[in-house]
Amino acid sequence: MSVRGLRVIEIINKIADDIEKNKMYLTELDAAIGDGDHGLNMSKGFLAVKEKLKDDDGNNIGDILKKTGMALVSNVGGASGPLYGTAFMKAAMVVNGKKEIEIEDFKQVLEAALEGIKIRGKAKLNEKTIIDALEPAVEALKNALDNGSNAEEALKKAVNAAETGVEHTKDIIATKGRASYLGERSIGHQDPGAASCLLILKTIYNEISC
Amino acid sequence: MKKLINNPENVVEEMLDGLTLAYPEYLRKLDGFHVLVRKSSPISGKVALVSGGGSGHEPAHGGYVGKGMLDGAVAGDVFTSPTPDPIYEAVKAVDGGAGVLLIVKNYTGDVMNFEMAKDMAEMEGINIDYVIVNDDVAVENSTFTAGRRGIAGTVFVHKIAGAKAELGANLMEVKETAQKVIENVRSMGMALTSCIVPAAGKPNFTLEENEMEIGMGIHGEPGTHKENIQTANEVAEQLVNKILEDMCLNKGVEVAVMINGLASTPLMELYIVNKRVNEILTEKGIKIYRTFVGEFMTSLEMAGCSVSILKLDDELKDLLDESADTPAFKV
Repeated sequence: MSVRGLRVIEIINKIADDIEKNKMYLTELDAAIGDGDHGLNMSKGFLAVKEKLKDDDGNNIGDILKKTGMALVSNVGGASGPLYGTAFMKAAMVVNGKKEIEIEDFKQVLEAALEGIKIRGKAKLNEKTIIDALEPAVEALKNALDNGSNAEEALKKAVNAAETGVEHTKDIIATKGRASYLGERSIGHQDPGAASCLLILKTIYNEISC
Repeated sequence: MKKLINNPENVVEEMLDGLTLAYPEYLRKLDGFHVLVRKSSPISGKVALVSGGGSGHEPAHGGYVGKGMLDGAVAGDVFTSPTPDPIYEAVKAVDGGAGVLLIVKNYTGDVMNFEMAKDMAEMEGINIDYVIVNDDVAVENSTFTAGRRGIAGTVFVHKIAGAKAELGANLMEVKETAQKVIENVRSMGMALTSCIVPAAGKPNFTLEENEMEIGMGIHGEPGTHKENIQTANEVAEQLVNKILEDMCLNKGVEVAVMINGLASTPLMELYIVNKRVNEILTEKGIKIYRTFVGEFMTSLEMAGCSVSILKLDDELKDLLDESADTPAFKV
């Protein structure tokens, strides 16, 4: 299974549509423990991504991801902009110059994205952040591929792991970001960043599996 | 929502235009960006100071652009950090070759966006550094939170580091002075009412008619506790005592005091709070060197106030007394 540049752009556009559809849901999650703008900011950012990619010829996937990251950094604002922006820009570096990518490349893309978010956010697992969805997904994808799963099966496992991760954020006391001021009052609410990360992974899986 | 605006989407743009039109001798706005810089920027050979953050805290930060304080101020959407691009544009516009110091309030989004702007400026060979202000004692400064928030004490950082830069200090010296202010300033706020972000159209928290929140952040973040409203004297005591628990102020030490209104609290009430703050400090043998009462770091239409106390030494006293001439702060 290889995915060409123009198809990567289609998938990113689909992510933008799914974020748009879920913007009120993400915003409501954020209103409970943050400042209630996550969905609005993400949709604003991905609209800018769509605009920026509309004339891309798809010849360099690294370039596509870099443009995506830069548009997110410049348009999302808050903490999500630098975090998702850095994730896409770090991911861009591992596939720079490629016209098409395989699942092995995608694994490296996700690893680089995770690394970027950890460094930018100075955060780790179990702090009620994006990482609680992304890190389990990366681990599940790696394990599945090591054990001989094909791309679709491996992605399915990554999405399932992210789903469990998002659910788990309900039990975590936030120690990063605005939710941390709530302390124990943050328990019972899922992290909106983890939720948007799951949404992105789900869209990628849905696009690859059909 | 009852607000004197045209369109929630344009509040920041229109506010910055109006501010620039009111103070054309101090400010100019960068084309295409929500950035205000000193009219004479860049000033050759002077370390430039840039601050910023979400809008809704006026006069912070645009009102502090001028001689002896900031060279540039970057305005994000209401209560949302600006993105790295306008911060980077501000840095480029004010850099006079001696370097740029970013003054950042400690919020996760602000810190990340300013750090990214710093990275961008470094790649362009600009000498740049930053400090993070975290004066709000309502938050435990521990590994369990994003750390203490930056609130009204930030204005002291602008004032004193601004004076240091104006006197010709280099970037490292200006940073050290800014850091010294940060280490010696503590603040604590309280709110009587909520506020409405224009784009949201409704308050994101509520306080009942008889309630107040002690330790409330300037974006309505939770404080230490909610309780029934008390007298100005009792509130002043709570705020000052919480600050004093956190800083070592021996008899005879000199301080600067700032009583900051969050926007809907009249000066009359701020002066009443100041009277009691002054009494408490005086009773403890703490000398008040200078007092500032007014609206310095507001929170849209929130009612309430914050108290900031800055412990002074000779250097900080001298720098506090240096002249400052900006739209919102003059010494």
